[in-house]
Amino acid sequence: MRKGVSGKRDLHEGGDGVKTKKKWYDYLWVASLTYLILGFFNILFAWLGLLCFFIPLIISLAKGNKAYCNRYCGRGQLFGLIGGTFGLSRKKDIPGWMKSKYFRYGFLIFFFIMFFLMLWNTYLVFAGAQDLKQVVTLLWTFKVPWRWAYHGTVISEGVAQFAFGFYSVMLTSTVLGFFTMILFKPRSWCVYCPMGTMTQLICKAKNNMGGKEV
Amino acid sequence: MAKRKASVCTTDCVACGCCMKVCPRSAITISGGIYAAVDEELCVGCGKCAKECPASVISMREVTA
Repeated sequence: MRKGVSGKRDLHEGGDGVKTKKKWYDYLWVASLTYLILGFFNILFAWLGLLCFFIPLIISLAKGNKAYCNRYCGRGQLFGLIGGTFGLSRKKDIPGWMKSKYFRYGFLIFFFIMFFLMLWNTYLVFAGAQDLKQVVTLLWTFKVPWRWAYHGTVISEGVAQFAFGFYSVMLTSTVLGFFTMILFKPRSWCVYCPMGTMTQLICKAKNNMGGKEV
Repeated sequence: MAKRKASVCTTDCVACGCCMKVCPRSAITISGGIYAAVDEELCVGCGKCAKECPASVISMREVTA
């Protein structure tokens, strides 16, 4: 009897490297999901999405690692949950061209261009040269009326224009990631995620400068 | 006897860390945020990482012990 009990304990304690306990950051998918939902109610919440831009950049610049992707990315966790745990994924290999450097860097550049166009449109509204457009642009093409989520802003309409533009970026990438989640592996978005590509490039630059050959 | 170990194609690895998360032996680390590195001492060749990898850059390789 005693032997059995101690044996059982050994199994738990001896589980070298076996992960059972979840950490607080394993639940960041809740934040990602909440963010997407909030955008349906008040578009100004879109500004919070800047955290998903600055935190990974700061971590990679300061620490030279991809801890954001590896641990904290709520979007990756969300895809992992829906595609992996709930099984909404074919779990097939991603096509070779999608993981090629050409596509990954190309997509990063394309993303950058679209991002700066969005910033330019925000500037035009700030400057009063253009009216606020209460639309969310999906996949850089489809303009979806989003009037219900706009309840006015205090500073300038440009603030709202940025929110609409930024939410478009976030929703578009979620939609793309969702499609590739279904078609390929759950987290296939991670393969061509512009933030992931950018932080990996930063890490390469940073860790190569330290004299480490990779 | 030949053993199976996970082997990462480091040039195509995106360093997302999915493999690290799923590894039951904590044998994988993301080296400098650039690619996944497998500790062959710890790897038991279960293949979970290869299945999880969204870029499918991990293969199970036979190594002679």
